[in-house]
Amino acid sequence: MPDATGLELLAQELRDSEPGSVRDTEFFRGKGALHIEPPAVRATLLFLRAKGFEALMSVHGLDYYPEEPRLGVQYELLSMEHLDRITVKLRVPLDAARVDSVTPDWPTANFQEREVYDMFGVVFDGHPDLRRILMPEDYEGFPQRRDFPVGGEPVLFTKDEAFGRDYTA
Amino acid sequence: MSEVSEYRKQEDSIDISARSQALETGTETELLTINFGPHHPATHGVLRLLVTLEGEVVRDLKPVIGYLHTGIEKTAEDKSYWKVIPVVERMDYLAYYFNAHAFCGAVETLLEVEVPKRAQYLRVIHDELNRIMSHLVWVGTSALDLGAISMFWYGFRERETILDLFEMSSGQRMHTRYFQVGGVIEDIPNGFVERVRAFCKIMPDRVDSYMDLLAKNEIVLQRLRNVATLPAEELLALGVTGPLLRAAGHPWDMRKAMPYSSYEDFDFKVPIGTHGDNYDRFFVRMLEMKESVKIIEQALDGLPEGPFITEDRKVALPPRWELATSMEALIHHFKLVTEGFRVPPGEVYYPIESPRGELACFVRSDGSSKPARVHMRDPSFVNLQMTAPMVKDHYIADMIASLACLDPIIGGVDR
Repeated sequence: MPDATGLELLAQELRDSEPGSVRDTEFFRGKGALHIEPPAVRATLLFLRAKGFEALMSVHGLDYYPEEPRLGVQYELLSMEHLDRITVKLRVPLDAARVDSVTPDWPTANFQEREVYDMFGVVFDGHPDLRRILMPEDYEGFPQRRDFPVGGEPVLFTKDEAFGRDYTA
Repeated sequence: MSEVSEYRKQEDSIDISARSQALETGTETELLTINFGPHHPATHGVLRLLVTLEGEVVRDLKPVIGYLHTGIEKTAEDKSYWKVIPVVERMDYLAYYFNAHAFCGAVETLLEVEVPKRAQYLRVIHDELNRIMSHLVWVGTSALDLGAISMFWYGFRERETILDLFEMSSGQRMHTRYFQVGGVIEDIPNGFVERVRAFCKIMPDRVDSYMDLLAKNEIVLQRLRNVATLPAEELLALGVTGPLLRAAGHPWDMRKAMPYSSYEDFDFKVPIGTHGDNYDRFFVRMLEMKESVKIIEQALDGLPEGPFITEDRKVALPPRWELATSMEALIHHFKLVTEGFRVPPGEVYYPIESPRGELACFVRSDGSSKPARVHMRDPSFVNLQMTAPMVKDHYIADMIASLACLDPIIGGVDR
């Protein structure tokens, strides 16, 4: 893992090459993370790839409800040569949940960005095939958001339908 | 007599060389899109594939998933940390120890709890038994896809032995909930070590006999060799890890490269392939089983004495006998089983090497006793992206074999 100093150096280098990209750095439990501005995501990941982080291991979303900006997308990068890991984190507000897709640079992000879109409603601009992946295509809502209740989906029981009762009861 | 030779003459006159060139047929032939699955024994679960065929050749393929989506990640947000363990175990149902390990590891990192050495070794023993078990199911069902039924019975015979061992140490055969935040739930019972040793003694011979059965089998060679070859660079770009990446010659193994849970104490080899075809994928997994046996034997030899779970009473349940004498233990016990423990806020990504590649658990804590987000980076889900490039321009029969060698567990794909 880049140590705390290495992380700051990396962040400074990124600030120099991409002004206005890094918002903050975080060193937590022995691992570094870069908080970046959403528009800089592709440039940041390409910058880190040039630094040896050649593998994108994971893309996942999360919801910081009730904090704003609410939605987050995180990218886990791995350098198999330097045995290093680094996280790139970004936050987008609910009403403008758009991020540039990194699938053109990293084909592995394809399914994972679709999952983030499916579960949180973050739209990835430039994704080749942005559809729901785990939920049915006609599903409404984004189930992994924190304000989406468990059991929020009505279940139709035929026994209730026959009696004309409210089927969610 | 002459009738027979007439027949032979007629047979010889048939020229099939044109037919064996079918792979190169022009695009003027009509394309046919068929739906394959979701309910089909060869999809190893409920995977649906939209396959575009030209004759018998696969020209395009789209995996459609989600038929087994159970919302486990959402369910986990509604449970206290220690109640999440049995839920996440049910994701990749052939690698339950690994799921629990990744989740517990993430929570331990957040809590900064140190896992005792004995617990780390017990985890390694169970992880590796689980790895062998998962590979056995894989080899059995994959051979079944190629038409060999005996391998299935042999594989499941040894799998039963492993499940018996799991039952002995934890009381359950599958989804054991043996790993606990801070260690393991119980020490191993008397006689467990001897039975694992007995298993380790027979297992390498059994792997050899599987190899005798399959490795030079005419059908296996014809069906697997030089089929669905992908280079390591392309696999890396697709995020593929585990035996699939190692079969292509890339020696990436988390246990070696970035050891966790005391893997640095053990001496084992990382089998890699040379071509990256289905045969290498088969071979790498077979050799991995032998290496796992080696790790288990070393872990049994060096199994340290000491506690099997952290002594931190804020995280782990106090032992039963303490409840009768200590008021404090009673309070801790009550607090743990009602509210659970609180975890300091933060975000952690904890990767381990599962039988299918990098299995990682991402946990975000908001300081309460329930996780704010649990995400599993499941290797099956990511590896599934290689199906289309892998089987493109191969025969549909090879698609079945390749899918088997990919070893996707749909429970892990859909979560």
